[in-house]
Amino acid sequence: MTESNQPPSPQLDAVERRTLVALFDTLLPAAPATDGAPPVPGAGTAGGDRYVEQLLGAFDHDPPRIWAGGPSSGRHGGEDGFGRFLELSGWEAVAWRTRIAGWAEAYRTGLAQLGEDFGDLDDGERATRLDRLDESFRELAFEHACEALYGDPVYGGNADSAGWAAIDFRGDTAPTGWTDDEVSHPYGEAGPPW
Amino acid sequence: MVTDCDAVIVGSGPGGATAAHEFTRAGWNVVVLEKGRNHLLELEPPFGPLGHMSNDELKFTRRHVLGPDPLLEPRSYRRGVDDGERIHVGDVNNLPSTVGGGGVHADGKLPRFREEDFTLRSSRGPVEGADVVDWPITYADLEPYYAEAERLVGVAGEETNPFAAWRSGPYPMPPGADMFGATLSAPAAERLGLHPYRAPTGANSIPYDGRPACVNCGFCGYYGCPVEAKGDPVALLRAALRTGRCRIVPEAMVVGITRTPDGRTATGVRYLDLSAGPEAGDPPVREVRSGVVVLAGGAFETPRLLLRDDLGNTSDQVGRNLMVHFQTLTVGAFPFRVFGASRGRSVTHVHDDHIVGDAAQDAAARDAGLPWVRGGLVEHGGAAGPVQEALIYGPGAHHPEAMRDSSLRERLWVFTMQGEDLARPENRVDLDPTIRDAWGGPAGRMTWSPHRHELVASAHAGPILEAVLREAGAEWTVTSTSPPVGGDVSGHPMGLAPASRHVVGTARMGSSPEDSVVDPECRLWDCENVVVCDSSVFCTSTGYGPTLTLVALAARTARLLVGDPLSAAGPGSGHR
Repeated sequence: MTESNQPPSPQLDAVERRTLVALFDTLLPAAPATDGAPPVPGAGTAGGDRYVEQLLGAFDHDPPRIWAGGPSSGRHGGEDGFGRFLELSGWEAVAWRTRIAGWAEAYRTGLAQLGEDFGDLDDGERATRLDRLDESFRELAFEHACEALYGDPVYGGNADSAGWAAIDFRGDTAPTGWTDDEVSHPYGEAGPPW
Repeated sequence: MVTDCDAVIVGSGPGGATAAHEFTRAGWNVVVLEKGRNHLLELEPPFGPLGHMSNDELKFTRRHVLGPDPLLEPRSYRRGVDDGERIHVGDVNNLPSTVGGGGVHADGKLPRFREEDFTLRSSRGPVEGADVVDWPITYADLEPYYAEAERLVGVAGEETNPFAAWRSGPYPMPPGADMFGATLSAPAAERLGLHPYRAPTGANSIPYDGRPACVNCGFCGYYGCPVEAKGDPVALLRAALRTGRCRIVPEAMVVGITRTPDGRTATGVRYLDLSAGPEAGDPPVREVRSGVVVLAGGAFETPRLLLRDDLGNTSDQVGRNLMVHFQTLTVGAFPFRVFGASRGRSVTHVHDDHIVGDAAQDAAARDAGLPWVRGGLVEHGGAAGPVQEALIYGPGAHHPEAMRDSSLRERLWVFTMQGEDLARPENRVDLDPTIRDAWGGPAGRMTWSPHRHELVASAHAGPILEAVLREAGAEWTVTSTSPPVGGDVSGHPMGLAPASRHVVGTARMGSSPEDSVVDPECRLWDCENVVVCDSSVFCTSTGYGPTLTLVALAARTARLLVGDPLSAAGPGSGHR
């Protein structure tokens, strides 16, 4: 086990990481800023590789990096408790080791299927490779890309909360939360922009 | 008989927590066995929060933190025997398996039932293909316990529902802040002749019982509360622990009820000590000896335990008459953000009109060849978090703009009708013939499909709900159901099994051991020092969430056992 503040041992080699970033950026691509809205980062570029690294390497840490702690992140008051990951029971660890072992194998096989040059391909060629990919891996990668870009940054993705910023989502809000007025009258006296 | 405690309670959810509170208040010593982990509160003084609850979508909706992990405790599902042994294995209506049970993740809507809900057979009559019955108790019998449940849990509400049953007193707290979406949908519903009101909710609107007011964090339904504004069941468990007469044992999976040689009296329970971990091999089997055994594992796990232990089933009713709310999900997208997925509680307004019915609903029933139909409580609420939204859109170039536009999250407002499900003996929980949990026990299997009643009620309500959303300003609306029905439903995003966590009715209460599992005081007919304190005793599902009623029933059962029943106030006591 490593100490929780040390970097995990790599679960993916450099080529696999590069392919993974390209894959996630293909599944959940970037979009430029528009009309005052910030840009949307690609799920890979925004830390998708670190998300998968942390997930597959969860048991390189003690406690395993499966469930972030609580009750607050410190971003909106309170202490930063998210970084204190929760202990798993012995049986929960069995389930998660099993689950992660399956995912690790799926990534090894799936990324190899995409090919080392996947990141160099144009959109059309990437789509062709994706179509040939095992469907279960495509679904797994899409789920993890969504989790990486829009889940809490403590899990390795959503770098600098850029995924949340892109969709104007504050993320966790406790313990401050929202005032009653912000809940019931978010547009103030002007009312909603019909 | 030498015992370790006066009562051993199987399950620490709302029913078990209520029983623990009532027993310890009366001076009994209890042991609460919970098969899941403890993320809720310290089990030693001062019994403070553990701080595990948080605003974390991945932890609560993607990573099973509240359990059960379907790899360890799979369930199976089939719609009927024509499906073969099963069509799905994994998560089936899983309520949290953790200290606090389903109360931990609930958003705390806590309505009472109405008088008619207890007399459905008498008031509405039979329905072919269903087993509609009266309860052996009435609303009046339960009313004082409803009042006690609202006080213990801490319910915020107001008395503006014209269809509500009479009350012996006011709600303990006023309602919390209205969600913005509800400020649009509730007036629209009124304009179309419906009667919305602020939902009775077990989340503090003001400081109450030593816990703070809700901070409107936006992570309510499916999340544990990081500030303990939700009272169910932490308030009850903490009160029990503070007496010094309650011990809670997490990771204790009950697998059997020990009995005297004649089988008529329980002597305690046997459980697997899962805290020993897999390195110990098979979990150690431990025993708690007790004068009373309380089953409170919920309407799925309680029949599973009774069936695997061959107890209480001389009537062949254990597991039968499973009822699950048939959900009608009507959504509308607004031209601006309604903030339903990010601010406030998950639901702040509801309406009962489709339960009460009207001439049009009666006509819809007649047209379908049914004597009557009843819908369910309609919840005016928000959508899910951004990860869930991202999954809906599917991969591709459209994704970033869809997320920014957020028509399925921040611009979406949702009506969920928790439709009444009529009891049918063939809808049931039993033991899967081959699927096993991690410890070799038979998995529970759900066999369930809706009666035509549910489909007709849903089909009637859907267009009304869409009209309300359009009246409120929605640009488009659409209605679906859970479970999905008709056509190819294999890829339905909510799965093939019913998504509602309102699961009731698998150890039915009745007046005769011939056709019920427990008596009117919730004692097993076959073993009278075993009582059931969860929603499995329900005789009808009604269209209301079950939690407050199961808490009230558990309080009644426990108080009858300790010889301290509450007296009824009566409908003339000053409140409707």
